[in-house]
Amino acid sequence: MADTRKGLLSPFVSVIRARSLTKRYGNFLAVDGIDFDIEAGESFGFLGPNGAGKSTTMRMISAQSTRTSGTLDVLGLDTNEYGPEIRAQLGIVPQADQLDEELRVFDNLTTYGRYFGFSRAHVRNRAEELLDFAQLREKRGVRVSELSGGMKRRLTIARGLMNSPKVFLLDEPTTGLDPQARHILWDRLFRLKEQGTTLVLTTHFMDEAEQLCDRLVVVDKGVIVAEGSPRSLIQQYSTREVVELRFGSSRNAWAAEQLVGIGDRLEVLPDRVLVYADHGEAALESAVHRGLEPTSSLVRRSSLEDVFLRLTGRSLIE
Amino acid sequence: MTTAVKARRWGWWFVAEHRVSHIRAYWITLLVTSLGSPFVYLLGLGLGLGILIDENQGGAGVGGVPYLTFVTPALLLSAVMQGSSQENTFGTFGGFKWTHWYITQYASPITPAQMVLGSQLGILVRTSITAACYVVVIAVAGIAPLGRALLLLPVAMLLSVAVGFAVTSWVATQVDDRGQLSFVERFVVTPLALFSGTFYPLEVLPAYLQWIGWISPLWHAVELGRWVMYGADIPGWRLVVHVLFLVALAAVTAALSIRTFERRLDK
Repeated sequence: MADTRKGLLSPFVSVIRARSLTKRYGNFLAVDGIDFDIEAGESFGFLGPNGAGKSTTMRMISAQSTRTSGTLDVLGLDTNEYGPEIRAQLGIVPQADQLDEELRVFDNLTTYGRYFGFSRAHVRNRAEELLDFAQLREKRGVRVSELSGGMKRRLTIARGLMNSPKVFLLDEPTTGLDPQARHILWDRLFRLKEQGTTLVLTTHFMDEAEQLCDRLVVVDKGVIVAEGSPRSLIQQYSTREVVELRFGSSRNAWAAEQLVGIGDRLEVLPDRVLVYADHGEAALESAVHRGLEPTSSLVRRSSLEDVFLRLTGRSLIE
Repeated sequence: MTTAVKARRWGWWFVAEHRVSHIRAYWITLLVTSLGSPFVYLLGLGLGLGILIDENQGGAGVGGVPYLTFVTPALLLSAVMQGSSQENTFGTFGGFKWTHWYITQYASPITPAQMVLGSQLGILVRTSITAACYVVVIAVAGIAPLGRALLLLPVAMLLSVAVGFAVTSWVATQVDDRGQLSFVERFVVTPLALFSGTFYPLEVLPAYLQWIGWISPLWHAVELGRWVMYGADIPGWRLVVHVLFLVALAAVTAALSIRTFERRLDK
């Protein structure tokens, strides 16, 4: 008891604090000595490709995975020592839904709520509230196996909220969902954020990170390669706009040589050439001026995808 | 923090509760098979095989009692063993791979030890229903007075837990199901029912096969069952050994299961 109280009384600014956090599986270094602080009420993202170490980091934060070295405190408690105490205060949404398909929607919520030591009456009330929040009211008595992918995801999120967590961890919340389902989910998460819940999420979707995160770290091969708000990262590592030019895969490299000098920077991808410039239209005009005739062209705002490309030399997906 | 403290203390109970909530989905089937199978087995063995054996024994019966009396505790206990074994095989493996119960519980304050103990308690509820149905049939059919038949329940529960933890301690180490789960079910657990002094006294087996009985939890439970139900002539020291064997098996394999769960969940 005295030990658990220690975490509550000790003053802390960061709800999550990692120093030289490392996880090694045999010879494989999944997380390689990362540092980060996540503050109360903040919405924080780990952005990176598959295998970057995002999920491993999340499992360490949720005290489900023992770190190899470094320090990691969640709500002032050491994750290696206080697993159950930490998990009691967290909401966890794993990458796969892992719902109980044999139970009905409502019972999935109540059985999970019981794991946290709440009374039956309390979990029933809370489950009713969350059915509305997750927009699953009409599905209350339905078996989980009959739900759509988006509904299952919302149920998993509702389940993670059964203990009214202060910190909500979401591992790739919208992977595999169609655009409409993703927007519904983002809207729900945004509401949580407005209510002051600290959100920590991993994603390999730029738009998701831009929509939901106040601050994020870009992770690649177990290390943090950049940190900041989506806007500041774009400012720091990219230009205001990007021109995407397609010349056909055989001519892209040749066209890129002709484009040298236009914009701040060029990036040649297998299917297109990216011209980084603050004024996209002007850059496009200069290209046409040089006699280049792209089969298609697009001027768009810079995104985190461009930041990632700049930092790692690789696209985020594939 | 108060709920975390409550979960620390009662987590095993919540796990058992979840397990039992699943029985609601198939309680009619469970009740019908639990009542139906003792009826069918006792009728078939008691009237058919029992009459044949009793006639051949010239009225001496088996171990001094009619064959039906002799075989009844064994039938009850082998049904409990198979129930516990099945639930632990597919429940435990499924908890990691199919239903993900354990993965989900690990996102809450529930500890691996609580999962192991709570699951076994939940399974015990199910096997106790099986045993209780047998007891009812035994009493109604007049094979033993109700008071005696009820004494089979604690023996059945001890067996369920011992077999259950033993099976779980192995199944939890299995990462992929390449048919080995059903194999063990069919070729290890089920045959145990034939070599554990179930349908005939263990002493009837040739000496070189009797060791199967000695290491079989079913044999130890069956000896206890015969003693409680009709006072079979078993020396006191052997009764103590039977109880100790089952308790030790449960304790050791429970500890092994907990260790395996802890390692498997902490990835």
